[in-house]
Amino acid sequence: MTAVAVPVTLVLPQVIDSYTLTVLAIYAMLALSLGLVWGYGGILCFGQAAFFGLGAYGYAIGALNVGESTIALIAAVAATAAIAAVLGAMMFYGRLGDVYLAIITLVVTLILYRFMSSTAGDAYVLGKARLGGFNGIPGFPTLHVPGNPSAYIWGDALYYVCAASLVLVLALVTLLLRSGFGRVAVGIRENETRMGLLGYDVRARKTLLFTIGAAVAALAGALYANWGEIVTPRLFGLTQSAEIIIWCIVGGFGTRLGPILGAASMGYLKFLLGQQSLVDNTLVMGLILILVVLFLPRGLVPALEGLWIAAWQRMPARQMQRRRRNLA
Amino acid sequence: MDLIAVMGVEFLYAVASLVLISAGLAVVFGMMRVINLAHGEFMMLGGYITITAVNLGVDVFVAMVIIAPLAVALIGVVVERLIIRHLYGRLVDTMLATWGLSLFFIGVATVIFGNTTTGISTPIPGFAVGDYRINGYSFFIILVAVLLLTAMAAILKMTRLGLIARGTMARSDIAAVLGHEPELIYMTTFAVGSALSGLAGAVLAPLVGLVPGSGAAYIAKAFITVIAGGPQLLAGLMSSATFFGVVNQLFTFTISPVIGEVALLVAAVILLRMLPRGITGRFFRARSS
Repeated sequence: MTAVAVPVTLVLPQVIDSYTLTVLAIYAMLALSLGLVWGYGGILCFGQAAFFGLGAYGYAIGALNVGESTIALIAAVAATAAIAAVLGAMMFYGRLGDVYLAIITLVVTLILYRFMSSTAGDAYVLGKARLGGFNGIPGFPTLHVPGNPSAYIWGDALYYVCAASLVLVLALVTLLLRSGFGRVAVGIRENETRMGLLGYDVRARKTLLFTIGAAVAALAGALYANWGEIVTPRLFGLTQSAEIIIWCIVGGFGTRLGPILGAASMGYLKFLLGQQSLVDNTLVMGLILILVVLFLPRGLVPALEGLWIAAWQRMPARQMQRRRRNLA
Repeated sequence: MDLIAVMGVEFLYAVASLVLISAGLAVVFGMMRVINLAHGEFMMLGGYITITAVNLGVDVFVAMVIIAPLAVALIGVVVERLIIRHLYGRLVDTMLATWGLSLFFIGVATVIFGNTTTGISTPIPGFAVGDYRINGYSFFIILVAVLLLTAMAAILKMTRLGLIARGTMARSDIAAVLGHEPELIYMTTFAVGSALSGLAGAVLAPLVGLVPGSGAAYIAKAFITVIAGGPQLLAGLMSSATFFGVVNQLFTFTISPVIGEVALLVAAVILLRMLPRGITGRFFRARSS
């Protein structure tokens, strides 16, 4: 898969302008983080936007205080991962059920949104960074070549950095899923009790997977901050959370390619919709989510995969059935 | 003394508004185990319907108490027939589909009413208690909440209709054998839940500036109130609304309204952590088996 990804990232800038492509690559990374946590770990995280936003805010605050981007980027990801670890430990060691987890992650996202929106004024200053309430934080130093603060990375170069990060993350996620940890994670998704009885520490493993997912989302957030050159509380919004889930649902959970393709296609659709004023963007996104849940609950990629297998590879009937069961 | 009276009313008002916000969800989620993430948008629609009706010259109380609930109940029936009915028992899919629905309604409201704040003035004037002023409308909210709880208790516990509804929710197969139609009863229950959401949105509309995204402000509060409440529909609703209402007002008075909201949400996360699987966890188990 990685072998295919590299030529694609190089060819695409010939077709779509790199400014749009950059954000699509960032969205794809964000979707991949949820695809890992939800699709492979079975953790219903409705608040992946929280970590995306924290990564972006972390980068902005760090960059303003340090005046340099490399440390800020690493610090943003590390801080978000630490927060996710605490939240995850609280939820998983409390043995919360699926639905409660979904609601708690959603509520945490809302708390952050409310809090960040109310941080206008002099009372909310972190070092040299004013949190700025609803208007967010503008004017922080953007990404530059490590060790050379005057060589800013922007435009096409930023796209290649984002695309390379996406490919790298995809490769790492693939490695993770092929490792023992990944296999056990999928086992936990399928049957938590059985994995527990086999002697695996389900709670610790879920917390770790949740943290890894949050770190990836934070990296996407930090890159997003560089792309947008401003961070606002909207990053924590319910719409943002919903969009991430829509990308993954449309693409298909339980695959790595699904969330990436879903994010890129839905992101591009949103971009196209943004250029006209006839139909409301939110309305279309909502409609897509409803229709996909009703008619294509497994998502595009698994559905196409099934079609491909049915059309080209004549499998023995029994093997076909097993395959269907696995996908369902 | 005056301060205590004013604060007492404020506390009661906070509890009453939580009861109102959560009642519709309590019916849909507590009885049917349908997680309706579009609950906030049902309220938002109730608010817009009220404002539209008032602008057309309808009396504000008629618009709030009769027109808005009926209209939202109708929307609820359509939603149940088109979407929810295909997803009973599929918890996560229901959540996702209703989230899509919520975005859809926000989009619709934006197209129709525009992304601007609309509102109507409160129909009941305030009055002074000593040095303080009390919003007269708070009493109306408290009254509606009390009437609502009483009516719900009476219908669920004392009428044949309530008995049939509760029976169907527990064992729809047995209810079907006894000659009742589960499909129809599910639809009606969802419609009643929607009507309650519409009523809540309508009654609260004069207090807030309404925007298409208003629903998001309610959804989290409604969910945590209902979930923390637990399996006993009415008792749970009252106890958790009281707890969260008091927490909210305490922090609102001592620090600021925003911190009050944040405190409410944090209290909810901690409460759910201390009552894991919680109170309604058993429900989901029973349903999926």
